[in-house]
Amino acid sequence: MPTTRLKTIAAAVLVAGAALLARPAVPGAAAPQSQQQSEIILSISGESGARPRYAVPDFIGRAADADTQAAAKLMGAVLWDDLAFEREFYMVPRDTYRTIPAARSFAEIPFDRWRELGVDGLVMGSVERSGPAAFRVEVRLFDVRTRRSVMAKEYTGSTSNPRLYAHTAADDIHLQQRALRGAARSKLTFSSDRDGERIANAIAERDVKEIYISDYDGANQKRVTVTRKLNLFPRWAPDARAIAYTSYRRDFPDVFISLIYQGTLENPTGGRGQNWLPAWSPDGTRLCFTSTRDGNAELYVMNRDGSNLVRLTNNPAIDTSPTWSPSGTQIAFTSDRSGSPQIYIVDADGLNLNKITAESWCDRPTWSPAPFNEIAYASRTGPGYDIRIYDLATQERRQLTSGQGSNESPAYAPNGRHVAFMSTRTGKKQIFVMGRDGLGLKQITTVGNNYTPDWSK
Amino acid sequence: MRIRSASVAVLTALVVVSLALGGCAPKKPPVARPLPPPPPTTPEAPPPPAPPAPVAERPVVTPPPVVEDPMASRSIDDLNRDSPMRIVYFGYDSAELSAEGRAVLDANAAVLKKYPAWTVTIEGHCDERGTAEYNLALGERRAAAAQSYLVALGIPASRVKTVSYGKEFPFDPGHDEAAWAKNRRAHFVITGK
Repeated sequence: MPTTRLKTIAAAVLVAGAALLARPAVPGAAAPQSQQQSEIILSISGESGARPRYAVPDFIGRAADADTQAAAKLMGAVLWDDLAFEREFYMVPRDTYRTIPAARSFAEIPFDRWRELGVDGLVMGSVERSGPAAFRVEVRLFDVRTRRSVMAKEYTGSTSNPRLYAHTAADDIHLQQRALRGAARSKLTFSSDRDGERIANAIAERDVKEIYISDYDGANQKRVTVTRKLNLFPRWAPDARAIAYTSYRRDFPDVFISLIYQGTLENPTGGRGQNWLPAWSPDGTRLCFTSTRDGNAELYVMNRDGSNLVRLTNNPAIDTSPTWSPSGTQIAFTSDRSGSPQIYIVDADGLNLNKITAESWCDRPTWSPAPFNEIAYASRTGPGYDIRIYDLATQERRQLTSGQGSNESPAYAPNGRHVAFMSTRTGKKQIFVMGRDGLGLKQITTVGNNYTPDWSK
Repeated sequence: MRIRSASVAVLTALVVVSLALGGCAPKKPPVARPLPPPPPTTPEAPPPPAPPAPVAERPVVTPPPVVEDPMASRSIDDLNRDSPMRIVYFGYDSAELSAEGRAVLDANAAVLKKYPAWTVTIEGHCDERGTAEYNLALGERRAAAAQSYLVALGIPASRVKTVSYGKEFPFDPGHDEAAWAKNRRAHFVITGK
């Protein structure tokens, strides 16, 4: 039990009180003053320092209808994947559970059998209908050694997306057990030609590219724009309710913002010059972008509504591909002022320019979220590119990919532990994600060409 | 990979035209060509004394046969299908105009001077080797280089727009130097006449 988990324990006391009563946690209920020592251990540990071994069987379907039964199976499988994604736990493969009879309630769990499989943490869930189109889902985490429930949560909502219950439970488990902000409810956005449409009112073969979104694991891929034009470089607003991108809606590149839950559109640059590659400030109030409005590709910062325009760079070279530091005080970008495209950092007021790469061709810097302080970028390493990461504190560099196809346009997960990027390793351009250590590669898209991903904050 | 042929070039040009038309289903009505400026007036010199009129019949002057200018009568779509405006090619990660590129622009400028009502959009394109993000600026720089050269030759900037498509619309989908060389280009699209 590392001491760094103490915070988790304190945060979980409310849950503990509820769990000991074998009742789901009630948000907002006053936490009973514990008569026990405050260092009650709720975090499940593994054998002798190894990662704890977790199992997630199918959820219990408490209604006989097919939807409920299917949702119960799906939630278990998705939750297993969500927990495996962060690699905090060793996930015992689901096909080894077959010998264990399925529990019909939380009261009849065969803990001995789970212990035989070496399981430390058992996640059990149940699904019931709380309305014609509503589910009530309970999720409990049991310490198999003590047979105690160390976390209990209840979720209610629509039956339309059962995966969301699993994602929410996974984030709650990571938060309670590891003080970790999981990525299970985060989303990706990218540009794609998958629908095979051609640029409108043209007979030549120019493929459109439209903006799409998906869950972090590639599920629920949806189209956002319908312009039959080029739409490139989408970036999630920090509140994940809007996407800023470069659109050729009016046949020249300009900055647009789609409010995806309202179906409305904003055009803060308003066609004043040609503008592309918008990047949100961390607080979502400003955008940094490239514009040739003064004759050369320079970086500008404006308020989200287009007001208060400030020019950031002034150099005859190309300055483009901006990304903000998590504090909003610095901006990293690409410039060819030294002769080839390289990554630079400048203060948000335009002062203190620093060059951080001296390679063949570098582009698309992406600043990691805290607590990491690093910048991922695409670096030419041969015929194609690889994803490299520059650690600002140690000034060390590491490479995530190793020459399998071309690997470009990195984007960090909101917790900084994963990177999404475009790779041609399977032929066409596809979106992949991998851990910031280069492990855990997972393909997100398969249809058409998909590129320039971004990960919600 | 699609095999492209010369006809694709024509198709490509046509797309661009349609783009420029802004997606209107009916074609734009032809815009009247502005009248050429009146010839400069010079102060009239006093007429020389008239020589005695020779006694002769005036020869019959046959006017030159009327040759219809095919360019003047063709639609914008047809013009872009078989464009009199030629393509300018560039080196790797460069927007510098070569001697050959300048010669092409000289010829394009001559066409624009001959047809003073024509307006064009110069599309800047890149090969696939650069990154998509940076290439948008590189393509813009190529289009701007071609535009500046034309303006220096006396073509009003208002007649020459630029747009960069980065590496999004390669002319040749191949993955070798021959294809890349064709893709690093400034492509002229006639948008008004």
